[in-house]
Amino acid sequence: MFEYCTDPSSLDSLQWWSCYLTTNKQIMFYQSFGTVLALLLATAPVILLFGFGGALARRSRFLPLRLFGLGYTSMVRGIPDIIFFMFALIALDQGIEYVRHIVLCPDWTEPVRQGNDFVVCAAAKMPPNNAPQWVHEVYGFFLALVGYSVVYGAFAANTLFGAFQAVPHAQLETAAAFGMSKRKAFWRILLPQMWVYALPGLSNLWMILVKATPLLFLLGVKDIVYWANELGGAKTARFTYPHGDWRLGYFLVLLAFYLILTWVSERGFERLNRYVSRGHASRGGST
Amino acid sequence: MSACAQVFSDYALRSIGMGERLLPKADISLCDQFVLIGSGLIWNIYFAVLAVFFGFFLATAVALARSSNRRLLQWPARAFIFVIRGSPLFIQFFIAYETFVLIPKLGFDINLGFTEITVETRWLTKAWLGALIVLFLNTSAYTAQIFHGALMSVPRGDIEAADAIGMTGFRKFRRIVFPAMLRLAWPSYTNEAIFLFHATTLVFFSSFPAWRQKGDALYYASYFADKTFDPFIPYPIIAGYFVIFTLLVTLLFSRVGKRLNRHIPKERRQ
Repeated sequence: MFEYCTDPSSLDSLQWWSCYLTTNKQIMFYQSFGTVLALLLATAPVILLFGFGGALARRSRFLPLRLFGLGYTSMVRGIPDIIFFMFALIALDQGIEYVRHIVLCPDWTEPVRQGNDFVVCAAAKMPPNNAPQWVHEVYGFFLALVGYSVVYGAFAANTLFGAFQAVPHAQLETAAAFGMSKRKAFWRILLPQMWVYALPGLSNLWMILVKATPLLFLLGVKDIVYWANELGGAKTARFTYPHGDWRLGYFLVLLAFYLILTWVSERGFERLNRYVSRGHASRGGST
Repeated sequence: MSACAQVFSDYALRSIGMGERLLPKADISLCDQFVLIGSGLIWNIYFAVLAVFFGFFLATAVALARSSNRRLLQWPARAFIFVIRGSPLFIQFFIAYETFVLIPKLGFDINLGFTEITVETRWLTKAWLGALIVLFLNTSAYTAQIFHGALMSVPRGDIEAADAIGMTGFRKFRRIVFPAMLRLAWPSYTNEAIFLFHATTLVFFSSFPAWRQKGDALYYASYFADKTFDPFIPYPIIAGYFVIFTLLVTLLFSRVGKRLNRHIPKERRQ
């Protein structure tokens, strides 16, 4: 980065640090914080969407849809989320390849599952074998994104379902008395009032989501945990910047990052809560 | 069927190092998967039960400190809760493991004058103790926050009534405040216990190595998924196990909850 960095072994400590902290790998470490934030911002709306889908399915008058909604919303209570991740990731990966296999190689006769192997034709491989590295990384990130959305969408569905139920029934009866159709009552009465009941649960879910981001590492994405592990590990004298085992230090940085992130989020949700409570005859809104 | 009985006697206690040493490699049967994943569940239950049990006491202490008027008590409790609740369990596992690994390198001898003892820190790097400590601290902080909230909402009338009949100090706490706190905290506490039970699956997946392939349910499930390249069997099995045990936990907690609520009129129970 700096001109004097060509021979780090000759530098005094301040310059050494300024060089060490601006190496290419360090920069990638800093960028991986962006990956985490990108995942959070990209999944949040999708999770809400999945949540709405699940909650509305559970409220549906059509029995199979209602059963599906019930199953989807209650599965997260019984099953650890990490199991879902591990499952969803492989299942999704294989599912995509299987569909591509059927579409792209219709004259392939051998079975896809052969003993302990999962074999699809070369054209169906996803991402393609000759794809550049970044395609693999983006694809991995995309799979992780879908996995997060499915799992935490179920949490959101639970919360939103509860919030729909919590809106006082008299409100809907009043709407009906005014001659509003079901659809109109949903959009004008139920949905706007639901938020105040949903917000505590949703803010809780956001916290859970923030604290679940290190799992990206387990899903094979090069996130902050990956780089902390990589950069913190002991480097022998053969490296340009030899140092001992610094992983503890790197992880303390991650700890600080998460503490700040959760603290800021908490403050943000407090403000949002004040906003959605306005006009409500509750403790938060009566002021 | 007898083949499955054989598998059961070979692998039912594999996760704690008894029975067959080598894990099944080829021709993995459904029975293998059921037995070995079930065997791994021993670890999940071990971690969950001990962490929740010990965590209950620390959580009560921290909640009392947090609710105290003395700054010297309140601030450490606040800090403890903030750090643990504000950071991912995954990172906590990593930090704890790195710390435990570093301790012996620093040299930790305690000189007692007449004799010198070396503190045994090797165990801390093993999952059965190291991960248990992390889970214990984690659940303590979350539970302390729940208990603190409950302490704040103990009905004023209860406390005034206790004062009126001359109860003070520890007796008032034990007979009035503590039961009311538990009753109010119970639904959230049930959730926390379930979350912790689920969090035990992270132990061997994050940083603590599974020694001699003695791992928990998820360790074996992902082992099978790797070997057979078929996630559609091991993961539903482990999911089924967890659903059953979560139901058991819910049942157990709701029985205790009923007992805590037995003096409350039916329509006011929560």
